[in-house]
Parts: sequence; C-alpha cells; structure tokens
Amino acid sequence: MADELTPDEALDKIDYSPRSSSEPRNWLDTTKSVQIRPGMYCYAAKPESVETLGLPYARNWNPTDEDWKLPDNWQEILHEGIKERLERFRSFKIFMDICVRCGACADKCHFFLGTGDPKNMPVLRAELLRSIYRNDFTFAGKLLKKIPGGKRLLGSREMSLEALKEMWYYFFQCTECRRCSVFCPYGIDTAEITIIGRELLNLLGLNIDWIATPVSNCYQTGNHLGIQPHAFKDMLDFFVEDIEDITGVDCTPNYQKKGADILFITPSGDVFADPGTYTCQGYLILFKYLKEKYGLDVTWSTYASEGGNFGFFTSHETMKRLNAKMYAEAKRLGVKWILGGECGHMWRVINQYMDTMNGPADFLEVPVNPITGTRFENAASTKMVHICEFTADLIKHGKLELDKSRNANRVLTYHDSCNPARGMGLLDEPRYCITSCADNFYEMPLNTIREQTFCCGSGAGLNAGENIELRMAGALPRANAVKYVHNKFGVNSLATICAIDRAALPTMCEYWVPEVDVIGVHELIGNALILPGEKERTEDLRMEPLPGVEEE
Amino acid sequence: MNQRYLIPLTAVFLLFLLAYAGVEGLGLQVVFGVLIPYLAIAAFLIGFVIKVKGWAASAVPFRIPTTCGQQKSLPWIKQNTIDNPSTSTGVFVRMLLEIFAFRSLFRNTKAAFNRNESNKLTYSFEIFLWVGALAFHYAFLVVLLRHFRFFTAPVPGVIQLLEYLDGIIQVGLPGLFISGPVLLLATLFLLSRRIFDAKVSYISQAADYFPLFLIIGIAATGIAMRYFTNVDIIGIKEMTMGLVTFHPHIPEEVGGLFYGHLFLVSILFAYFPISKLMHMGGVFLSPTRNMANNTRAQRHINPWNYDVPIHTYEQYEDHFRDKMIEAGLPVDKKE
Repeated sequence: MADELTPDEALDKIDYSPRSSSEPRNWLDTTKSVQIRPGMYCYAAKPESVETLGLPYARNWNPTDEDWKLPDNWQEILHEGIKERLERFRSFKIFMDICVRCGACADKCHFFLGTGDPKNMPVLRAELLRSIYRNDFTFAGKLLKKIPGGKRLLGSREMSLEALKEMWYYFFQCTECRRCSVFCPYGIDTAEITIIGRELLNLLGLNIDWIATPVSNCYQTGNHLGIQPHAFKDMLDFFVEDIEDITGVDCTPNYQKKGADILFITPSGDVFADPGTYTCQGYLILFKYLKEKYGLDVTWSTYASEGGNFGFFTSHETMKRLNAKMYAEAKRLGVKWILGGECGHMWRVINQYMDTMNGPADFLEVPVNPITGTRFENAASTKMVHICEFTADLIKHGKLELDKSRNANRVLTYHDSCNPARGMGLLDEPRYCITSCADNFYEMPLNTIREQTFCCGSGAGLNAGENIELRMAGALPRANAVKYVHNKFGVNSLATICAIDRAALPTMCEYWVPEVDVIGVHELIGNALILPGEKERTEDLRMEPLPGVEEE
Repeated sequence: MNQRYLIPLTAVFLLFLLAYAGVEGLGLQVVFGVLIPYLAIAAFLIGFVIKVKGWAASAVPFRIPTTCGQQKSLPWIKQNTIDNPSTSTGVFVRMLLEIFAFRSLFRNTKAAFNRNESNKLTYSFEIFLWVGALAFHYAFLVVLLRHFRFFTAPVPGVIQLLEYLDGIIQVGLPGLFISGPVLLLATLFLLSRRIFDAKVSYISQAADYFPLFLIIGIAATGIAMRYFTNVDIIGIKEMTMGLVTFHPHIPEEVGGLFYGHLFLVSILFAYFPISKLMHMGGVFLSPTRNMANNTRAQRHINPWNYDVPIHTYEQYEDHFRDKMIEAGLPVDKKE
C-alpha cells in the first residue's frame, strides 16, 4: 500500500458538506468521465468467469474506457429489466416510489462517513436509479418530460451512458449492509436497491471480477476460492497436524460421510487464509470434542464447501444456483440437518432466502441438538442452524469444558457483522459464546454495534485489492469505534463471526488501529475447549505462547 | 437563489392568484368551487387506488425484514419481539410504532468528524427531524379532521371534542386552534432544513419543495381566514355541504381568499397520488418493516420461483473423480 493514501491523507479528505469544486452543483448532471477513479473501483469481470454460468455479454471491457462495449440495445435491455423487476419485487417498486428525501439516511452510510462523497449518501445512491425510474415509469415523469425543464423539477433523467456508468460506480460502492434501512422511516433498504441495481448491470455483463470469478469458482469447484477437492482436504489435513502439535489430539474430520448426523458448511475463506484458518481449527476441535464425548457425527463436504454466496451480489438467480448445493448435498448424504459456520452474508441468504428459493427441505429433520435435546424451533423449516446458536446451546447446558484462562491475554470487543445483525438478529448468541470462553470483554459505543453496527467496508464482493482506498474509507467508522475501546480499555482483539470480516478487518486494523488482532469466535472456543486426552497446551491456535506460559 | 425552490414557490403563488383572480375578476366560482374540487377528489381517489393496487400487484418473493434487535432463537435468549418480530402480533406492534410514532426516525443521529488529535467520529442524538415530522403530521391530521365540521351536519361529537382539545389553551378570539400554527411552523422548519442543511439541500428537488410551499400556502390562507379576515363562514358551510351532498351551491358573499385556499387544497389532493406523498400508503406495504423474521421457521413462498440450472454433485464428481480417489475422498462411482 506504499503508493496509497496514508491514514492522515485519507482523513484530510473527509468533508460532509457536499463538494462543490469537482462535483456538479446539481447531482443530476453527470460529469463526462463520471470520475471513475483508481482506488475506488474494482476491475471488470473476466469473460471466462461470466461464461461459466452462461451469463450474458461476457467480454473484455474496462471501466475507465470511454467505450464499455455495450450491446446496441442496452437501454432497451435495462428498461425491460427494470419493468420485470418492478413486477417481481414489491420492495423495489415501493422503494422507487415513496422516498421523501428527508435525509435521515445521509450520514448513516460508512462509505459516506469515510469519503464525504454525496453520492454515497444512501438516498442519492438510490436516486441514481430512481431518477431513471421516474422518467420512464411514472405518470408525473412521463408528463413532465414533455415540458422543457420538466425533468429537472422532478429530478428525473434519461438512461444515458453517463448515468449507467454512475450507477455502476456507486452500486459497487455499497456493501449492502442495510444500516441506512434501520434509520429510514419507511424502511427503504439500499441493499435491496443495490441488489437489484447490480442484477440490472449484470444483464449487460457489467459485473466486477472480484464477484464474477468467485461465483464461477463456486459453481464449478464448490467454493469461491476454487479450492479443488483434494486441495481442500490437504488444507484441513494441515490444520489437523497443527492442532495435534498444539493439543496432542487428532481432529481429523469426515468428508462427504453418508449417514452422518450433521453436514457442516462454512465459507471457504476459513480454510484458505489467516486468521480464518484459526477459526476453522476451532470448528475441528469442537467437532472432535462432540464426537469423543457424545458421539456426534459431523461431516464436511468438498462439493458444498462454500457457505458464502457471491451469487447474492450478482443476481437473485445466481444466488439460487449457488445456494442449491447445500440442500442437494444434505439430501445426498442423508444427514439430519445442516450446521452453518461463521459468515455474514451467508446467513442473510440462509435466513431470508434459502428455504424460499431451494426448499422445502422435507428430506431433513427439524434440527435437534442430540446432546442437549434442544429443538431449534427457529430453524424448523430451513433445517439449518448457526454455529453460534449451536455452541451457545451447548455451553448453556454445561456440555463444553472451557478453560477461560487460555484466552486471558485477549482483551476483546465484538464486531457485529452487518448481515447477521440486520438480516437475522443474531446478536446475543455470539456474545454469550465469547464471554463464556474469555473474561475481558468490552463493547464498542452503542451507536456502532448491534443493529447499528458499521460494516467492515469490504462486504458484498468489494474486498479486492485495487479498491483499497474505498475499503479503508468505508472501514473508518468501524475502525474509529475499535480505536475508542482500544484506547479506553486496552482492547487488543476484535472478535467477529464473518469470513469477509476476517479477511478485511486485519487490513483495516493495520491501517487505522495497529495492535488490534482479528479473531473468530470459534477460535476463542477452540483455544478454551479442553479436549478429552489432550496434553498440557503451551500454545494457542496461532502457536503463540498461552498466557502465563511465556514467563516460565 | 436556487431555482429548485424558487420555481415551486412561484408556482404556488401563481396558483393562488389564479384562483383569486378567477373568482374575483372573472366570476369563475363554479370552476374553482365545484368543478376543480370534484376533479381533484376524483384524481386523488382514483390515483391512490391505482398506485396501491400497482404495489399490491407486485410479488413479495422473499421475506426480508430489516432486523433491529435480537432474533428469536434459544429459549433463554431474550428476543426483541418488536424490532425483530417473529409473529404477526410483533409485526403489528412494530408497524403501529412505525406509523404512529415514527420509531425509525426516532433513532436518528447526527454524525460529525473531528479532525484533530483524536480524529473521532461522533454520533449525537438528533431529535429535531423526528419532532418536526411528528408535529407536522399530527397537526395536519388534526386540521384535516377539524375540517369535517364543514362537511357534516350535525357536527359529530368526536369532531367537537377534537376542536375543544385543539382550542384548549383558550387564547384570542376566535379561539386559537393550536394545530394551525403548529402545522405552519413545522412546515417552515422542514422547509428550512431543505434550504439550509447542505446535505438535504443537495438531495432536494423542486418536487420536494412544491408540497411544502403548497401546505404553507394552505395553512397561511386558512389561518388568515380564521383569525385575520372576515369570511362568510355560514356561506362556506352551505357551499361545502352542497359539495358533499352533491347539490353544489355557490354562495354570494364568499370571496377570493377562500377560493384560493380551496384551490390549493385541490391541487394538493390531485398531486398526492403522483408524488412522493404516497409514502402515506407505501409505508404500510414496506417489506422490510411489515414482515416477520421467521423465514427459517416457516417457509415463505415465492410466486415466481422458477427452476435454475445447477452444477450437480454428479457433474462435480465426474470432473474431479480421479483427484478425489487419489486423495482418499469418498466417491459415488469408482470410475
């Protein structure tokens, strides 16, 4: 990041009054270049990745080029696309119609707070599409466009190439975190508008590569990172070796085991990169413990080896195509129910979409924890339980032996991931897990946690390298709150239950709050859990000395 | 000056003049007192119904509430049954609070960034928009309901009670109805936000200023008639009763000010269904608020859920069989 902005330079740029120098006075006027600027946008999708799923208009194109090589009738495609979606999604139609532009959402977006760019106010992000909608689909718009200057009165505009480019630029500067929706008096959800906006852009082949390639990988190989089955097993084997070094216990998991009790699915990011790998080791330790103590049989699958769903950032249809594997594999293996790992958007998809799209899962049983007898009534239909719900239940019933002292060196705070917070409401389960296996826990300020939590700035497929300025700007509000508890309570560890967080927040911390580590909740569990027959541990899962050990 | 508010301001002024001059100069009482009010009401009713039917005709494929509190999960974890409802009762309460108390707007905060040693982002409680919005909407509702005095004979007890409460401070003669000035002041507050708050000003269109000026015009002419000029209240009542009983009648003594007021009201009604004012109907249908967060417990049906091509396990195994066998992973077919 040597050639990027320093934190100080980034902070100097923040100004919440709409800019006048470079921005047009009226936001309806697009500048010729639309100011697509390096550091703020992601590279275009590679044609091969778009082709894997047979999505339209795969081609080489470059966002900074004048010519986006659009099909000749692109305006018609978009017009028809909008029309179709207005019929399919009441949310879309309502949200196009009823915004009163009260401005309550304006300063709720992390990208606005980090960049000060007025088009990152949720209201204006949505207005980019609304202005087209008003022009083409409303009575007032059709009437007023016949009068000179009439469009200006309503704030409507035609679908020009500049308007399209602007939509592309700003719909890929939204992480679909839904924070604005919490504050909107009508519940208008910019995530919904961005989801549909991106779906429209995909009709013209205008995806970004950081979404399209994971989608392609996930479709064919089973996971976003394109880890092939043997390599997936190699990676877990490697963790098994590490765990054995640390604990003396062999935690080898099952793969594709037919007739296992539970199928476990987690984001492939947990298998692939630190610090998610330590969370993954936490899962392996937990499953070993449950197998030894209670005979619970959990299996992994290399076919359904992705919990996340970048299809969600492409289109509803793509989301469904990727998600279908979860039920298909559970059915093939004949498990009783599915357990899901720590991930953000994965859980929005499972909680609010999966059963509707790919259910009913009548081949599975209503999830019951055989160890505690708890029936997960809240998952009676999807038959999929969040691992924090599962672990919290085990802890509450005293089924896990936990040694808190092994996490004593961690002064923790907890980052609510957007989707589990605002698309599910999983707030207290992870906190219960954390405080059951660690003593030092401090909350960040109330305006920045739970349903008001701030995004990591890299969600919804924006965790690329080339848009690092955008990501660091978007991460500022989160980082600022972390810094607050870091200074006040000496917090050194930021716990989270999202794989994108685990990938994105370390970069954020390095940039804004050095000295804070990012740690998954099940890494803490893995450290604290006393495995049957384990040797005396001297190291945590990161192979760093346990608290109290280093002095000896 | 900014033409985004100058044009609507001028338009409202001209509309008033049009009715005033039309009545006082050209004697078009029938047009402004009968024809246009009927047309406006018809446009309002038809437009409103078309809009709501249009929304209702669109599918609700997914249950997508914005959850603003703890979900229902394990029995010992306390659920926030209002902000994250899992039952229709919870949704009902959430909607009541949303519609009658503007609960989401109540959460409003104001962010500020302090570029200094601490570089702190702060979020302070910002209640004025909520107060202003609440004052505006309730004052408008009371004013509207009070006007039913003109359309009913005898005046129902509830309307009389409302008038009594509205005039309870007993100031001036005729007695001051507090809702009038509150409406005017709240509207002026909302207008000043649009003009002076840089962010809100940037997002505002003429279409945002127009209804504000219209309502200011309506409130101002109404207040003028009640407190500052002598209008023929008996004549007005005869006329409004004529309208509501479909026996239109034009009284002699009612002047241009009243017709200006009535014309602005007519414009507001006609404009309502083709504008953002439809948030009044839309808020009831907002899927992020009016649905329970229980999709994992009860399957939601998508009416257009179509089949999609997927990459099956068989295809996957065919692709990777050799590598899987070599790695010792189980396969369905050995070759």
